[in-house]
Order: sequence, then C-alpha cells, then structure tokens
Amino acid sequence: MRIPDRRLSRRRALLAGGALAIAPWLPARADDRDIANIAALAAFLAGRRPRWERMRLDLPGLADNGQAVPMKIVVDGPFAPGPYVKAIRLFSQRNPVPEMATFEFPVAVERVEVDSRIRLAGTQRIVAVATMSDEALFAAGADVVVTIDACMDGT
Amino acid sequence: MPDARISVPQEAPRGKPFEVRILIRHPMETGYRTDDTGKPIPRNVVTMLTCRYNGETVFSARLSPGIAANPYLRFFVTARESGELAFDWVDDRGVRGSERATVTVV
Repeated sequence: MRIPDRRLSRRRALLAGGALAIAPWLPARADDRDIANIAALAAFLAGRRPRWERMRLDLPGLADNGQAVPMKIVVDGPFAPGPYVKAIRLFSQRNPVPEMATFEFPVAVERVEVDSRIRLAGTQRIVAVATMSDEALFAAGADVVVTIDACMDGT
Repeated sequence: MPDARISVPQEAPRGKPFEVRILIRHPMETGYRTDDTGKPIPRNVVTMLTCRYNGETVFSARLSPGIAANPYLRFFVTARESGELAFDWVDDRGVRGSERATVTVV
C-alpha cells in the first residue's frame, strides 16, 4: 500500500512542477511582446488586455512581394444573442502608418470574415484586434517574412 | 474616375450572411514615392469605404497606405430584405466613387 502512494505523490509533484514551469510561458508570451513592440497597438489598448483567442489572422509566412499580401481575418461565432463584433483594427509593427485599417460592423452579422490585400514595409508582425459590442477585446497576430518590401519609406 | 467591381449573390437566403466582394480601381499612392524627376508623389489613398444596405450602413472600412493598390475587400452582410447595396468611397483628394448592387432575399 505504501509503494503506490509514494509513486502517486512523486508523479503529482512532477506534474505540478512541470505545469508551474510552463504556465507563465504559454499564454502570456505572444501578447506581451506584441503590445510592447507595436506602439500604435499599445496606444489603442491603453492598458486593456485583449484575449488572444477566438480570432484568426491568416497571412502567408513568407511574402515574396510586400506590395500586395493576401490577408484574412476571422472571428469565430456564434455571436447572437450575445455580444457581436463591432470593429476590427489591424496594426503593423513596421509600416510608416501603423494603423493599417479599421473595419466596422454597425449591424451585427453572424459571419465575421474580412479579406483584403495589404502592403508590408518589411518583415514584421501584424496584429488584428476585434472590439465586441460589450467592449471585450479579442486579438490575433501573424508574422510575415517579406523579401521585397513595399516601397513605402522612400529608400 | 474611380470605378469598382462588385460581387454579391443574386439571391440570398433570409437571415443568413451573404458574401460581398469589392475591388476598387485606385493607385493607393503611399506618399513615400518619388517620380522620375525626384519630386515626391503626394499621398492619395481611399480613406473611407461604406456599404449601405437599403440605406442602413452595415459595413465600413477606414483604409491607409497599408492597403494594396486597387483595394480589395471581402466581407459578409446579413440578408434581411431584397434591395440595394450602395458602396461609397472617398480618397485623399476628395474624389468620390460609388457603385450599386442589388440582392434578392429568398
């Protein structure tokens, strides 16, 4: 009887230790880095913390040409009868105009997807933030390696 | 001057979201480029696009030089009544463009 007890407690101790070691890294990493690295995003958030879930920002990992990079934003429903997506903002880490676009939905819609083509002045991280009708914030980020920059800074 | 191509379904089931695609012909000049003589080319981008559905604004987009030339957007609108989708946009020079599309709700 004493042997299984000891095994159990050691396993528990290891699991707890492992969880403690990983916990601070997993959820907190991406957002802290993004908010710190993108001034316009930090200014918009003004201390509020978005949840990095429920939202997807699709960009190619590698873009040969920064002049037109296909982009897709998806916010997962269902929304009705709860809060709906009011606005989605797109922030760039390196473009001279960091507030790339704002998409607004004055009327609730069940399917929230926005596709466009964006310009990227170099390899960088892009972050999309959705504001819900109850002011909750969701966010998603994506990294794009750009081989030929969009000609945006006159260089 | 600025024209656009719009794609909406001819028929949309009531209460369901339907897909809207719009492509506006516009250079989206960033303001960071120079011409052959080295003179800066002034910024001129489509700054605002709105989509009204039977008069009610259902989607709008504020754009920047970070959006590619000939801006393309795809989004969804909830089908309520048969009628008209009106798209209006304006650029930095104040030039306005507009386009209409009709949708039949079944």
